[in-house]
Amino acid sequence: MNTQPKPEHQPTQQPDNRQLIRRLLLLVVMMFGFGYALVPLYDVFCDITGLNGKTGDRVVLNKQQVVDETRLVKVVFLASLNDSMPWSFKPEQSFIEVHPGKPTTINYIAKNISDKNLTGQAVPSVAPGLAAAYFQKTECFCFTQQELKPGEEKIMPVTFIVDSQLPQKMNELILSYTFFTSKQQDRNSSASLALSLHNQDQKL
Amino acid sequence: MNAVIEEHHDHDHKPSGIGRWLFSTNHKDIGSMYLWFAFIMFFVGGSLALIIRAELFQPGMQIVEPDFFNQLTTLHGLIMVFGVIMPAFVGLANWQLPMMIGAPDMALPRMNNWSFWLLPAAFGLLLSSLAMSLMGMGAAPNFGWTFYAPLSTTYGPSSTDFFIFSVHLMGISSVMGAINVIATIMNMRAPGMNYMKMPIFVWTWFITAYLLIAVMPVLAGVVTMMLTDRHFGTSFFDAAGGGDPVLFQHIFWFFGHPEVYIMILPAFGIISQIVPTFSRKPLFGYSSMVYATASIAFLSFIVWAHHMFTTGMPVAGELFFMYSTMLIAVPTGVKVFNWVSTMWKGSLTFETPMLFAIAFIFLFTMGGFTGLMLCIVPADFQYHDTYFVVAHFHYVLVTGAAFSIMAAVYYWIPKWTGHMYDEKLGKLHFWLTVISSNVLFFPMHFVGLAGMPRRIPDYALQFTEFNQIATVGAFVFGFSQLIFLYVVIKCVRGGKKASSEVWEGARGLEFDLPSPAPFHSHTTPPQVK
Repeated sequence: MNTQPKPEHQPTQQPDNRQLIRRLLLLVVMMFGFGYALVPLYDVFCDITGLNGKTGDRVVLNKQQVVDETRLVKVVFLASLNDSMPWSFKPEQSFIEVHPGKPTTINYIAKNISDKNLTGQAVPSVAPGLAAAYFQKTECFCFTQQELKPGEEKIMPVTFIVDSQLPQKMNELILSYTFFTSKQQDRNSSASLALSLHNQDQKL
Repeated sequence: MNAVIEEHHDHDHKPSGIGRWLFSTNHKDIGSMYLWFAFIMFFVGGSLALIIRAELFQPGMQIVEPDFFNQLTTLHGLIMVFGVIMPAFVGLANWQLPMMIGAPDMALPRMNNWSFWLLPAAFGLLLSSLAMSLMGMGAAPNFGWTFYAPLSTTYGPSSTDFFIFSVHLMGISSVMGAINVIATIMNMRAPGMNYMKMPIFVWTWFITAYLLIAVMPVLAGVVTMMLTDRHFGTSFFDAAGGGDPVLFQHIFWFFGHPEVYIMILPAFGIISQIVPTFSRKPLFGYSSMVYATASIAFLSFIVWAHHMFTTGMPVAGELFFMYSTMLIAVPTGVKVFNWVSTMWKGSLTFETPMLFAIAFIFLFTMGGFTGLMLCIVPADFQYHDTYFVVAHFHYVLVTGAAFSIMAAVYYWIPKWTGHMYDEKLGKLHFWLTVISSNVLFFPMHFVGLAGMPRRIPDYALQFTEFNQIATVGAFVFGFSQLIFLYVVIKCVRGGKKASSEVWEGARGLEFDLPSPAPFHSHTTPPQVK
């Protein structure tokens, strides 16, 4: 059927190609997976280094925590709402001066000014970012989602300790909360897809 | 299917009609289709750029609405990156690799066909969003070619989903093209051609193909995350659900930085072929060129966050990414010095490909220097998101990558068509292009340093003159490319016969073949000593 001779090196190439393609496709799949692996890696990295201003999980009070009476650290409170969330949300006081190591409780006040039930999730952030590792919360309204009925007002306490190990050069911290409309409410939580959603209860 | 089988039966028979192109498994036909596709997209993306420049001729709103302006910058970027530079390089690889390594065709011809034909589908999908936008059916993608979350997730227009699937298709196409290149290079080299005897263009494409395989899946991953964030309730980039929008930038630039080397390494290869030919000397420092290319490819994976200095990174991170970025200047410098040393004491002639190659060396180096300026963290806070950045990446992509493609076309088109192109018109095209591109992009440095932000349809009065100069340059540059189109068509249709060597001093297996190159390249493998 073939009048001209086939190039000599052609037939021996085929098996090689197949193996090579398999390996390269494996590499493609691995790199696709790596893209997804970056998501938890990023969280772990931020967790370990305390970059990104993400505060840690709920901490249990540490008995060895010494109160450093010689130092006063100013903690400023900020509150904001994502998009056009129909709540009002503010801290009771705009700042407080605390001794590192001493548990302090302050309140935020949220009010639902819309006419329907709304669930919100508060996301905390500490500035400067590197101070996040020294900012510990024993109680926070951000650990759970908050549901407010129409017109309902709620006082939301936060109990925190500024670690006495806080570097000397940091004398002022800013704690800010942003309330987001809970996604689960919109989408009735399809747990299987909520790859990163499961983080939120542990992390925030 | 008939056409496909017949090709293998008879080496001189070309299938006729549209079937020749639709079902083609021939590396030359597919290469031509890639190049024509890139050429058409070059004019489409260029037209969008001209509307942008026309709007920026004066401060205030003239021609387009701000939202449409955003769609223009987005599509201009996407088309030029994914629709022009990348397909043009794949087209050149298709044409040249088998000829340069002494193979009859690409290793995986049918996959080759598929990876080309995915592209018109992908860009049909992407451009349909522009068509819908023009018909008043909602905005085309308007978040910039970098599609940062939440602009592309929470705030993305409905057409974002068209964009997502179009990126998926482009990604599949590129990955298949890359697998094909690697299989061809690893398995189909002529006897005696070991790795360190491969032409540099082959080497650079070999490394580029690995980069493509490493990062295109990450791009596919990030657009898939966008898709599930938009429609399936995940929160990868949504702080409300525990995600983080900055994470988007990290994943995107983990793809994005190797991507910019995907767009420049084959250009380095082309210049390394052309400069020795017209200097009538072998390439200076062949093995250092190979190692430099490999080092650039490696470094490209650890510098991505230099695009994100202003996101609030800690100082340690900024320093790491600053120093690793500066390190890239070393292998790149090796290349530039090697090209210059190749020309040193050579008997130079200045045909059009050489002119483009020299312009590339000079102007790409300028783009590299502005890149070094941008990588200095404290300075970057001033330059970030200004026209200085626009000037920088247009110097490396237009006067860099695009010039190298033009150089390659002028260099190899006599081999492809069997005719010499019109040297006079080629030189006219070169001079108009090189002057107008500098008139177009050089003033952008100044307005950028003075603080003009990028991606805006309106600007402060004091930037007017430089913007007007740039717009004039843009129109001259754009219309000069019609000369290029004319030269190419004229050369395809006829002209002075080209010899098999084409250029005095041309080396390489492709120049052992007659001009025009036969339908199947090296049917019996040549022996390489």
